Amino acid sequence: MSNNNEDHKGLDPEAIEKLRSQAAELMEQVDAGNYARAMTLISDLGEVRDQSLYREVGRLTRSLHEAIRNFQIDPRNAEQQEALSKMTDASDRLEYVVQMTGKAANRTMDLVEETMPKALALKEQAAEFRDDWLRIRRREMEPQEFRDLYGRIDNFFVSLTEEADTIHGNLSEILLAQDFQDLTGQVIQKVTALVKEVEDHLLNLVVMASHVDQLTGTIHELEEQEEQEESPDKGHGPQINAAERSDVVSGQDDVDDLLSSLGF
Amino acid sequence: MKILIVDDFSTMRRIIKNLLRDLGFTNTDEADDGNTALPMLKSGKYDFLVTDWNMPGMTGIELLKHVRADDSLKTLPVLMVTAEAKRDQIVAAAQAGVNGYVVKPFTAAVLKEKIEKIFERIQ
Repeated sequence: MSNNNEDHKGLDPEAIEKLRSQAAELMEQVDAGNYARAMTLISDLGEVRDQSLYREVGRLTRSLHEAIRNFQIDPRNAEQQEALSKMTDASDRLEYVVQMTGKAANRTMDLVEETMPKALALKEQAAEFRDDWLRIRRREMEPQEFRDLYGRIDNFFVSLTEEADTIHGNLSEILLAQDFQDLTGQVIQKVTALVKEVEDHLLNLVVMASHVDQLTGTIHELEEQEEQEESPDKGHGPQINAAERSDVVSGQDDVDDLLSSLGF
Repeated sequence: MKILIVDDFSTMRRIIKNLLRDLGFTNTDEADDGNTALPMLKSGKYDFLVTDWNMPGMTGIELLKHVRADDSLKTLPVLMVTAEAKRDQIVAAAQAGVNGYVVKPFTAAVLKEKIEKIFERIQ
């Protein structure tokens, strides 16, 4: 795209040649008093201008279309291929990212919620046994109590093995639930590339339009666009590059400092 | 202690709910924006409100202003947990009467500290 930028500086050579010869002829015809022919030439001149404009717009539209059509992502398995093939535009794909990340977050939280009580129960059981053990060491335990403890320790080892297995399994699954990042990362990178490409194309269109304006001597009456004052109640979302901006806090410490300066 | 959690993302509501439960607050309800939250607050006898800022429908700051303007709710402690990080927004929230402000991403320790601080000041 960018290697064609030079072309936008003017019309293509063929058009310039046509312009030159028609302009020369126009002068001759006007001098000769042949106004009907002169009018036809003026309209021809306009056509040369229009045609090169249309040609350029057409070219840009085609490459824009091409960029959007080439917007594809490599699926890793049949299921993903099916999901991705159903998506035709960037917003569908971003919606897919929202779904994937949401699913992974919920899966992770399911497993965490299942695992936390198990870890807590093991901790409580271990604390109980530690109390019993200290009593044995201080020789405070009755023989009957000791026989009872014997059985409980047997059961504890069985359940400890089982629970530790479950906890290990859940942690492995939490690890696997993070695999969304690979695919969502791909999707986001593709969408970013598309946005960049569309931006480049649009920029070329603007540059070209300004050249056309120069060539044709068109001056637009630009109305001063009123700056839209955003409602201060509306949120801005997460700030990118917060550290480089002075109007944005860069973390909780900044928030706390600001609030305490306000008397909080 | 009955707490209302307001956030448009269910995952964030779930995270906050889990953290609150770890802190011993088990009686929580959820709402996905200010429009849903306000009638719940008016009829639900909540003791504490945790709200996001940026939500479709009614935003968190609008919800805070409604709460402060309502005679039966105006003393309700409000903690804002949000990604909104502009200084003038934090000042605006303070002026609107917020009791605490936590920026996302946050840690369990920060949430705990802010909640404890709010209750310390109330008691």
